[in-house]
Amino acid sequence: MTTTSAVLASLNGGLLENLKLFAVTLLLAIPLGLVITLGSMTRFKPIRWLTRTFVWIIRGTPLMLQLFVVLYAPGILFNTPMSSRFFAASLAFVINYAAYFSEIYRGGIESIPKGQYEACAVLGMTRTQTFFKVILLQVVKRITPSMGNEVITLTKDTSLARVIGLTEIIMCAERFTKKGLIWPLFSTGLYFLVMTGILTILLSWLEKKMDYFKA
Amino acid sequence: MASNLDNSSGPLLEVRGLKKSFDNLEVLKGIDFSLNRGEALALIGVSGSGKTTLLRCLNFLEQPTEGQILVNGNVIYDAQNSSMLSEREIRKNRLHFGMVFQAFHLFPQYTALQNVTLARELLEKDSESFKRSRRQAMEEIRLEGAAILDSVGLSDKLDYYPHQLSGGQQQRVAIARALMLRPDILCFDEPTSALDPELTGEVLKVIRGLADRHTTMVIVTHEMKFAHDVSDQVLFMDQGYVVESGTPEEVFEHSKEERTKQFLERYFEGNNS
Repeated sequence: MTTTSAVLASLNGGLLENLKLFAVTLLLAIPLGLVITLGSMTRFKPIRWLTRTFVWIIRGTPLMLQLFVVLYAPGILFNTPMSSRFFAASLAFVINYAAYFSEIYRGGIESIPKGQYEACAVLGMTRTQTFFKVILLQVVKRITPSMGNEVITLTKDTSLARVIGLTEIIMCAERFTKKGLIWPLFSTGLYFLVMTGILTILLSWLEKKMDYFKA
Repeated sequence: MASNLDNSSGPLLEVRGLKKSFDNLEVLKGIDFSLNRGEALALIGVSGSGKTTLLRCLNFLEQPTEGQILVNGNVIYDAQNSSMLSEREIRKNRLHFGMVFQAFHLFPQYTALQNVTLARELLEKDSESFKRSRRQAMEEIRLEGAAILDSVGLSDKLDYYPHQLSGGQQQRVAIARALMLRPDILCFDEPTSALDPELTGEVLKVIRGLADRHTTMVIVTHEMKFAHDVSDQVLFMDQGYVVESGTPEEVFEHSKEERTKQFLERYFEGNNS
């Protein structure tokens, strides 16, 4: 006999894994994406092509496949097997999402009119000042909707990590399915709806915060 | 800040043999002129004659392929050794010039006052007065910015964001922003061309006021009457050359060159119909 509270405890434990993976991915992919953007926009061609090829490969293959590669490749290539499934999942997610973020950043940066840079230049600002004092906030405002999409996708993508054995929420729920109990699996949908609901509210708050100017 | 070493014997600005090519297209084919302190120079001519490119060269937004730019007798740009200029030197040199763009290019996330004060704050961040009292230095800059906005008639718009202002008001903020760095020479690139006709007057009035106070200016404009009234010197450009130059009377009323006459005839015909 499986009690409801045992199911909930199991699902909550799984959810914690999803949340951890979600947080680590966001925290690391946001800055790493910027590094990749700089690489893909540099005037130094070899770096630019290398970066763009990397982005093409990451965006051009399934995240599920990347999870397997990250889990098995170190053991096969360097004879040092991945010790932690969570670490492997985090690595694959961070790289994957950084590649997508980098393209969103690049689009945002390239959409800022040249006149903004020229106005800064004639006012004697340095490149760094120009980027951080004038360009960045305009970029943030422009990319918030696309970034919001990615972040919401990420909450649900974290469940993919079960293919390399991370005991996230859907994997926990499936164990009950095997015992003939289907409602835990379906109820995971509610968990995701609550998470994306909270994110939607946060994102619209952020967009409102930047409503005071038009860019 | 631009240095104000007074070299009253010579012109404030001197441009010698300036050429600029984009790939194989030569846009400026050898421009020479000089401008005295306190005078206004109007650059006129058809679109594509090189006026804007010349202005952009003065502001280091384009690198001339040949020629020199001198301010106060000091060479601040020489095409022959331009690659030796560091970014820092270019930054310092371009502060001799202020620039007002056709499309304003205000910073949308800053208020009118912040647009005006931002560059000054960044320039003075490392100065002595800032180190002594940051708050006091910021307050002084703020007061000066407010005074300059007042001088262009926007004392009641300090805290407005660009999108809350009309085109004419935005362009006046842009003028205040350029003035805030006290440039030796203030450049205008068709300052009223992006404005609705009923808004050009307020901007032209501000520029007239600057001319009355003997601000040294280079103005690219299609407003011939304005150019005539406000300038001390007019340069008529065509296909990358200065075809004719002189006082407004000389160029507008007694033009010697056929191309100048044709240009002015076409302009005034177009505007009277």
